[in-house]
Amino acid sequence: MSTFWKDNLPKLGQMSAAIALFLAVLAVIFFIAGRANGKKQRPIAIVVFLGPALILLLFGLLGPAIRTFLLSFKGSASKHWVGFNNYHWLFTDPSMRIVLRNTVFWILLTPIVTTALGLLLAILLDRMRRESIAKSLIFMPMAISFVGASIVWEFVYKFANPDQPQVGLMSSIAHHLGFEPPNWLLTQPLNTFLLMVVFIWSQTGFAMVILSAAIKAVPADIMEASALDGAHGWRLFRGITFPMVRSTFIVVLATMVVATLKLFDIVRASTGGNFGTSVLANEMYSETFIRYDAGRGAAMAIVLFILVIPVLVYNIINLRRERTIA
Amino acid sequence: MSLLTRNKAPKLAEHNAGRKLFGSRAATIIVWIVAVVWTIPTLGLFATSFRPKVEISETGWWNLFLHPHFTFANYSAIFSTSTVSGIPNGIMPYVINSFVITIPAVIFPITIATMAAYCLAWVKFRGSDLVFYGIFALQIVPIQVALVPLLNLFTGGVHIGSFTLVPALHIAGKFLGIWVPHTMFALPLAIYLLHNFISSLPRDLMEAANVDGASHFTVFRRIVLPLSVPAIAAFTIFQFLWVWNDLLVALTFTGGTEGIDPLNNKLAGLAGTWGSHWELLTSSAFITILVPLVVFFSLQRYFVRGLLSGSVK
Repeated sequence: MSTFWKDNLPKLGQMSAAIALFLAVLAVIFFIAGRANGKKQRPIAIVVFLGPALILLLFGLLGPAIRTFLLSFKGSASKHWVGFNNYHWLFTDPSMRIVLRNTVFWILLTPIVTTALGLLLAILLDRMRRESIAKSLIFMPMAISFVGASIVWEFVYKFANPDQPQVGLMSSIAHHLGFEPPNWLLTQPLNTFLLMVVFIWSQTGFAMVILSAAIKAVPADIMEASALDGAHGWRLFRGITFPMVRSTFIVVLATMVVATLKLFDIVRASTGGNFGTSVLANEMYSETFIRYDAGRGAAMAIVLFILVIPVLVYNIINLRRERTIA
Repeated sequence: MSLLTRNKAPKLAEHNAGRKLFGSRAATIIVWIVAVVWTIPTLGLFATSFRPKVEISETGWWNLFLHPHFTFANYSAIFSTSTVSGIPNGIMPYVINSFVITIPAVIFPITIATMAAYCLAWVKFRGSDLVFYGIFALQIVPIQVALVPLLNLFTGGVHIGSFTLVPALHIAGKFLGIWVPHTMFALPLAIYLLHNFISSLPRDLMEAANVDGASHFTVFRRIVLPLSVPAIAAFTIFQFLWVWNDLLVALTFTGGTEGIDPLNNKLAGLAGTWGSHWELLTSSAFITILVPLVVFFSLQRYFVRGLLSGSVK
């Protein structure tokens, strides 16, 4: 026990010291900057409040993004320029074709399924008298890491040879229904859809909670007035509920699209991208850190970025409209 | 007028009651079915972690409920401070590493982001909108884009020709080397969410404080921080879950340094090396899952309130 604490107590000390130092430095800066008065006060405040964030963003995201853009036009060792070679490879290589195909499947299917399922649950929740436990249970997977999730789902997708007992839930169900289960995660293209299920399982709760809040925000008198006019069920939903929550629906959808594109952990932790399940974000990691081809990895990162641009543009237009209204 | 409302009110109530009664029963059943289906996979992990090693590979986890045979041996194994299947000190050091990584990686970005959000919302200057949109846009930069250049920055600094812009920081493989990237990557979303919240604070309040001659620093400390607690709490959940559950940043910046590996990272590794030790893997996984769940459920009442202010009206 004592050697354990001798190893680990200093870490906790390091953490406390770092936090204390961080807060102390801030306090000192606030104290000094707060004493400035007159015309200097505003510029000083802007520098102190915004400076740290901008410096961190510059070195952490903006600089690296530009560097990656440049790297994508260089060879594997980033020594000489190769023009569009990396991009050409990305769109013509047969193995990349599977990766791109999977990525397109993921983008087309998972965000819409997740968000629509979340909306459906949110509508149902709205009609329930008490909701808390069921809601929490559906939301719970969101707190589980994708590494944890892939271990959780291992017990669903686990497969054993027919002469051994099936300890995986799906295999066992298949067995009891009278057919021999396939080796789920090795069967293409089924395995990609099975991994999508893990994502949907994990993120539906998030969509549900956000959309549920949006539905609750729809003024009760509007609902009542239209119910009075004879609108209910599907008509009420199409005419009133959905238009009222449309902007939230699209925000959630956009969040899911971005999350899908960045998706790395599920594929990495369950199949490692093998058996035809790889997606762009995972392949990028392999290309950069395993096969050490920085150029190709960078090109994939840029393609990812380009794929998200429509979402970004839409979000910014939306944001500007909201801000002018407010 | 009053007659009219009186005439209508009972009808509406009846109508609603009818709809709710029918709708609510069906809705409750469907939601509960989904909730149960959603919980089964996690239940499987939980059940397995309480089963003896030999039984795990022989029968499905549901047998625990058919023929109860619990054991705490798996948990006492992973928490023992002696060597467990090749891992000295069990998983406790990794639990501590995870906390040491996560707590500052939550506090740092939230503090810096709250400051920036206040500035962009209330200390407007020429181009502040442009800065805001720029930061908003950075949200979608895949962090994969930033990993290699950032790692190079830590190990080699930034040079333009022979001119050294930033010297080598030598913080890769140290805790600081994980706190910094997590802080950087968290900022765009944090600033955006907190800006939504802070810019919706009442204008009168800010103006009154300015009239009283309070500096921006006083306003920030006395008014903005206390009022932003829901948003800060909401983002705390987000960031805690993200850092605790992160694999990519940890893999890249700990560089496999044994002393600072977080639990999730270790778990991903163990899934390979402990492939045959399902009893240890499931109990470790359950501990990994448990911590964010506790954080999540203790702060969840803030989640929606802090997250949605501004976007849903």
